[in-house]
Amino acid sequence: MAAVRIPPTLRAEVGGVRELEARGATVRAVIEDLAGRYPQLGALLLAGGELATYVNVYLGGEDVKTLDGLDTPVYDGETIILLPAMAGGA
Amino acid sequence: MARSPLTAGSSLLDLVGSTPLVELPRLTPKPAVRIFAKLEGQNPTGSIKDRVALAMIDAAEASGELEPGRRLLEPTSGNTGISLALVAKLRGYPLTCVMPANVTEERRRLLRLYGADIVDSAPELGSNGAVRLALELAERDPSLFMPFQYANDANPRAHHEGTGAEIVAALDRIDVFVAGLGTGGTLMGAGERVRESFPDVVVAAAEPLPGDEVMGLRSLADGYVPPILDVSRLDRKLLVSNGESIAGLRLLLEREGIFGGVSSGAVVHAALKLAEELDEGVVVCVLADGGWKYLSAGFWDADDVDAAMGRSVWW
Repeated sequence: MAAVRIPPTLRAEVGGVRELEARGATVRAVIEDLAGRYPQLGALLLAGGELATYVNVYLGGEDVKTLDGLDTPVYDGETIILLPAMAGGA
Repeated sequence: MARSPLTAGSSLLDLVGSTPLVELPRLTPKPAVRIFAKLEGQNPTGSIKDRVALAMIDAAEASGELEPGRRLLEPTSGNTGISLALVAKLRGYPLTCVMPANVTEERRRLLRLYGADIVDSAPELGSNGAVRLALELAERDPSLFMPFQYANDANPRAHHEGTGAEIVAALDRIDVFVAGLGTGGTLMGAGERVRESFPDVVVAAAEPLPGDEVMGLRSLADGYVPPILDVSRLDRKLLVSNGESIAGLRLLLEREGIFGGVSSGAVVHAALKLAEELDEGVVVCVLADGGWKYLSAGFWDADDVDAAMGRSVWW
């Protein structure tokens, strides 16, 4: 089981909760588990089987794009954070 | 851009860049891992953005795109605006900055004192809101010239030719390069320059984890990825919470006497995490500004840092 933190932008798709539990041995499997239960969320997170442009996914505080992407392994008790792509302040 | 400290500049703009690099021996978790910090707060207006503002205006003047006296418009959370305000003042351009309404008062006051106009963007949309509003204003009024740091190649180029070149000239080994992720200019430009000299370097981004209050995007379609940022050229991308940033900031001040801004705390947090992963080596971190523009913030001595920071845009 992994904990998945939901940003305010996506909470309407999951009944308003801030965090969900999800199963899966990889980031892809975790997201597919969520998508199975919350199809509207799944439609926003994935585009053609890949992460949508404006979604960032972090595992253990690190962007999965600089790990193994959707194939990054997920271990029990880890936390996944979903964030919309934000322009950095500058 | 390089200058000798013993020669007089003919303008404050001659003093942009050539910032000090200092070792942080009291901060490193292991004696065999040396950490160095590039002190960008020592630029003329106090931030790394002096390099970017000057490079963008120089490039626009050289190309003929920016005519004398034309009004500049830029989305900013503060530092780029303040840097542009200096360049604009000395080069004779009026300036309008689009800023989220919830940045610290110091940044707004500095901009006004420099003579810039401020247009507020929706606070809950953070920098995305400032970018979107500035793009709309520029489209509506073609007389405005928008340097637009998020998409201007002069931004990473300033860091390639300046920040990065200065760092590799000062060190004979670099294993990890860490900078804050905003527009991506420092990481793309200086990161690439460091990689040219040290091909095995790990280029790492420290990225802010904003509080819920400043993540008010209505939908993912409101998201924004700066055109100059190519995430595939980053080796690591670490999310740093407000609390971790402030812990880094306090360590920097207590151990090394360096008074940094919020993103510097995040960069130090990431640098320490990456230093822990090394047995020996050299970590270089870029500290983008000093703490002066954040003095009015309640986080310096707050017990609940996240509560003190939740509603503002910090970097």
